[in-house]
Amino acid sequence: MTSHHPADEYQPVFAGATAERLREIGGRYPTKQAALLPALWLVQQARGWISDRNMTEVAEVLGLTPAYVKGVVTFYTMYHQHPVGRNFVQVCTTSPCNLCGAEDVLRAFLRHSGAGDPGATSPDGGWTIVEVECLGACGFATPVLVNDDFIESVTAEKVPDLVRRYA
Amino acid sequence: MGVPHPPHARETVVLSQYFGDAEARTYKGWVKRGGYEALRKALALSPTAVTEEVKASGLRGRGGAGFPTGLKWSFMPKEKQKPHYLCVNADESEPGTFKDREIMRWTPHALLEGTAIAAHAIQAEVAYIYIRGEFTEPLAIMERALAEAEAANALGRLKVVLHRGAGAYICGEETALMNSIEGKRGNPRIRPPFPAAVGLFGMPTTINNVETLTAVPHIITRGAAWYKSLCLSNPKSTGTKLFSVCGHVQRPGTYEVTMGFPLKDLLSELCGGMHPGRTLKAVIPGGSSVPILNRDEVERCLLDYEGCVEVGTMLGSGGVIVFDDSADMVYQIMRLARFYAHESCAQCTQCREGTAWTTKILERILAGQGKPSDLDLLLDLADNMTGKTICVLSDSCAAPVVSGIKKFRDEFDAYLTGKKRPEAA
Repeated sequence: MTSHHPADEYQPVFAGATAERLREIGGRYPTKQAALLPALWLVQQARGWISDRNMTEVAEVLGLTPAYVKGVVTFYTMYHQHPVGRNFVQVCTTSPCNLCGAEDVLRAFLRHSGAGDPGATSPDGGWTIVEVECLGACGFATPVLVNDDFIESVTAEKVPDLVRRYA
Repeated sequence: MGVPHPPHARETVVLSQYFGDAEARTYKGWVKRGGYEALRKALALSPTAVTEEVKASGLRGRGGAGFPTGLKWSFMPKEKQKPHYLCVNADESEPGTFKDREIMRWTPHALLEGTAIAAHAIQAEVAYIYIRGEFTEPLAIMERALAEAEAANALGRLKVVLHRGAGAYICGEETALMNSIEGKRGNPRIRPPFPAAVGLFGMPTTINNVETLTAVPHIITRGAAWYKSLCLSNPKSTGTKLFSVCGHVQRPGTYEVTMGFPLKDLLSELCGGMHPGRTLKAVIPGGSSVPILNRDEVERCLLDYEGCVEVGTMLGSGGVIVFDDSADMVYQIMRLARFYAHESCAQCTQCREGTAWTTKILERILAGQGKPSDLDLLLDLADNMTGKTICVLSDSCAAPVVSGIKKFRDEFDAYLTGKKRPEAA
């Protein structure tokens, strides 16, 4: 016998205020499809990542195919295709920051957060640390994005404090 | 948030005048500083008159290509038959470049004003400002400024839309940027047709860089002749330019100088020179996509479009990356190649394969497993990556590799001959 618990049912992202917000965003563009990147941001803000089921919903809402939506999601590095830790940290290690010790900053984050490896999530689910290419703040090496907080001039010495602050 | 340095006596402060002045970010504060006067003046002129003034100023695109701005605007249809669009390229992602970020953080209304003037010149009713996804702080500041400007009805009939990117360097390429706004993968388009004919949503479109547009209100207020007079060397390069300096200097940051300013003075005087005990080894003067300069070339380089070409490089975006004698050039060039391999949209074979193999070969050399023939192989690859693809990402990967091998061959040879041991990772 199969039973459907309400918890198993998919809860749409685009309901209530979020649906209203997408309608408002859609009004800024002459095509429905142009709201795709903003719609994906709304999904990620609501759910923390973008699942295949979410992509299907976005496709239905914008009149696209799920495959097309997935093609776009996979093109852009900031959309999470898997769940990430409560704190998602992006450390720039491209040349200008690299010259100023960015790899030490990355190693410090991996060690102090307990995440261990780039892209992995710490056992407590608290942290995912990734290495990213140029964050566009090279004169403030090393820039780090912790969730939506853009933090400048991070050094390996400052990392333990940062980890404590967000823990 | 980092606060900018006080202006140096040798800077020519125009765009950066209010960097660090938090009050200038607000609508009221901007109007108090003479903001939106230029827009009023421009709206009283015909679109052609505005375009001609900008043409006469000699302003050229500050995003990297250096195309004359007024000329670009003049390519838009004069008789308007379809909607016209303006795209503002705020997808600043070229390694070494962080000047547009400073403009948006400190003077968001300057960008909005320049955007509105440009939209008037090209008869656009909507302007899309494409801000890279990682720029959370500039985006929030721009959102606030736009809401204030709209509330004050400062932008006239123009509708301005902020569009957030989602992590893709290639979206700074103008046609990739348009695709990204349209809700597509950021693949560059084949030209022709050029954007002025078939651009965003298939309509006539102009794309300008943030810094370019921010210069426009000053040209309208003070006149083309004044702007043109800002020139230290070649009359084809006029105005001021923001240089964002990073890497091994004492005072990294964004500096504004008149076109033609000597690179060596920028580094030694404005940026305070090298760290104690260190000497200069190399400089990339225009963002990571341009050829690397050695010390001798840095001595001779004048910072304008022609001056950079004269020493074998390009002005590009004005992102200056400085390497001192502690830098391992082979490793740093590998990091740049890895950047391009990561950011390739993978449409063109030469780029998709070329950037990946360039990176792998450089990694092999660094691991002490390089072959004597590897440098020739890298140069051969670079040759096949230059001038053969839809956009210039592939060429941009080749530039530091070719110039790096040419100018720092001894460092490559040290790995290849086993003189230099690979570092334990």
